[in-house]
Amino acid sequence: MASNRVTEIVAAVEARCPDGRGQPAALVALCAEWLPVTGAGLALMTADGPAGTVAVSDGPAGELEELQFSLGEGPCVDASRTGRPVLQPDVARTAPGRWPAFAGGAHAAGLRAVFAFPLRVGAIRVGVLDLYRDTVGVLSPEELTDALAFADAATLIVLGLPAGDGGEHGPRDPVAVLDDRAEVHQATGVVSVDAGVTLEEALMLLRARAYAEHRPIRDLARDVLRGVVHFRTKDDDR
Amino acid sequence: MAREQRLAEVFVELADTLVDGFDVVDFLQVLTERCVELVDTDAAGLMLDDQRGNLQVVAYTDESARLLELFELQREEGPCLDCFASGETIANVDLADAAGRWPTFAEAAREVGYTVSHALPMRLRGQVIGALNLFTIAPTPLSDDHLAVVQGLADVATIGLLNERAIRDQVVLSEQLQTALHSRIVIEQAKGILSAQGRTDVAAAFRLMRTHARRSGEPLTAVATAVIDGSLDAERLHRASGSTA
Repeated sequence: MASNRVTEIVAAVEARCPDGRGQPAALVALCAEWLPVTGAGLALMTADGPAGTVAVSDGPAGELEELQFSLGEGPCVDASRTGRPVLQPDVARTAPGRWPAFAGGAHAAGLRAVFAFPLRVGAIRVGVLDLYRDTVGVLSPEELTDALAFADAATLIVLGLPAGDGGEHGPRDPVAVLDDRAEVHQATGVVSVDAGVTLEEALMLLRARAYAEHRPIRDLARDVLRGVVHFRTKDDDR
Repeated sequence: MAREQRLAEVFVELADTLVDGFDVVDFLQVLTERCVELVDTDAAGLMLDDQRGNLQVVAYTDESARLLELFELQREEGPCLDCFASGETIANVDLADAAGRWPTFAEAAREVGYTVSHALPMRLRGQVIGALNLFTIAPTPLSDDHLAVVQGLADVATIGLLNERAIRDQVVLSEQLQTALHSRIVIEQAKGILSAQGRTDVAAAFRLMRTHARRSGEPLTAVATAVIDGSLDAERLHRASGSTA
């Protein structure tokens, strides 16, 4: 999954943000440039629904996010809930039956095709990358594959991983979190129990400590699994 | 149940990919489980091409098989990779005698106790989408009959996967595999949770989930999801596996 394309996208975003700020905005701008879409939006999602927009490209992307945020329905809400992409190549035809309130507003905003990709790391659901077009039409398999790489890159950026793991001397290994590096995911589970936090918080704890100690997150994960490194709840400090 | 009858059942099970909620990981997990059940072998692992230049470990029957598959990917050496590249079956590899061809893989496989390995392609006509590895502890080769059974299962599963993709609107292999990879990650996260709850290693945690999945008839990913949302925990799984029912 951590294909060269994901690494390439993350590198391009970082190159546009020399001080490490504004990466989500750079990513949605890059979507519009590199993918055959008109614009893109990046939204955070929780189990309860949309939790806020992180970045939108120029044009009606803001309306796309705002509609779903205020209505609590739409392709990105469904993508987050199901954990699977929601591909709507012809919104005017398919949306009215599925999201009646969203459909009208989307059409009025000029959205003709919407493709929503969940940003997730296993059971951790962080948000959705929405792509839209002002014309109807499907993404080809190659374009869809590329869009999935953008979703992977967006996941890393939303989790703060590209900037976080790349210290001056620290080894950088951000993509390993998404890649099939099982130890990181197993350690996330261990930390969530030991520290009494959610999986998402556990991953953040791991990341923060790896960053603080200037070591790759995979090394730290192995130590957690071996029982050498512990994350404890405050209750255990008695 | 007669072996032939069981075999027929399994072929039907693997042909049934048009069900609601079809999940690639669960489907391929069933394939690996059935290989170990039906032929003289102890562990199975499966890799799929992710269409982005990587092979991914998608299913395995136990931790040692997963580690050996990952080992092949990391060292870029091993029968599964050669089988994937050539599309040809590599059967009955005597691991004591394979140091010339796969020095690091042969040693790693022997270290975890295997003496024989096999690799079979997941192939439909010219397209190779992955490879299936089998590992055996006792130094007994697989008969031609058993090899034919495994290849048959792999073929049915491959056709099923390609069909499943073809019938969905605008769904391609890369999306299937992305979903599959996340199902896999869910299982890894659940293993970590269980190992911390039960104070066991992740291999034991995986066995616990697998045993429960087999007994309850639930997909492995459903069991893992239940562990993550808290409706199943190590104590309950232990209690369930300790009962004789």
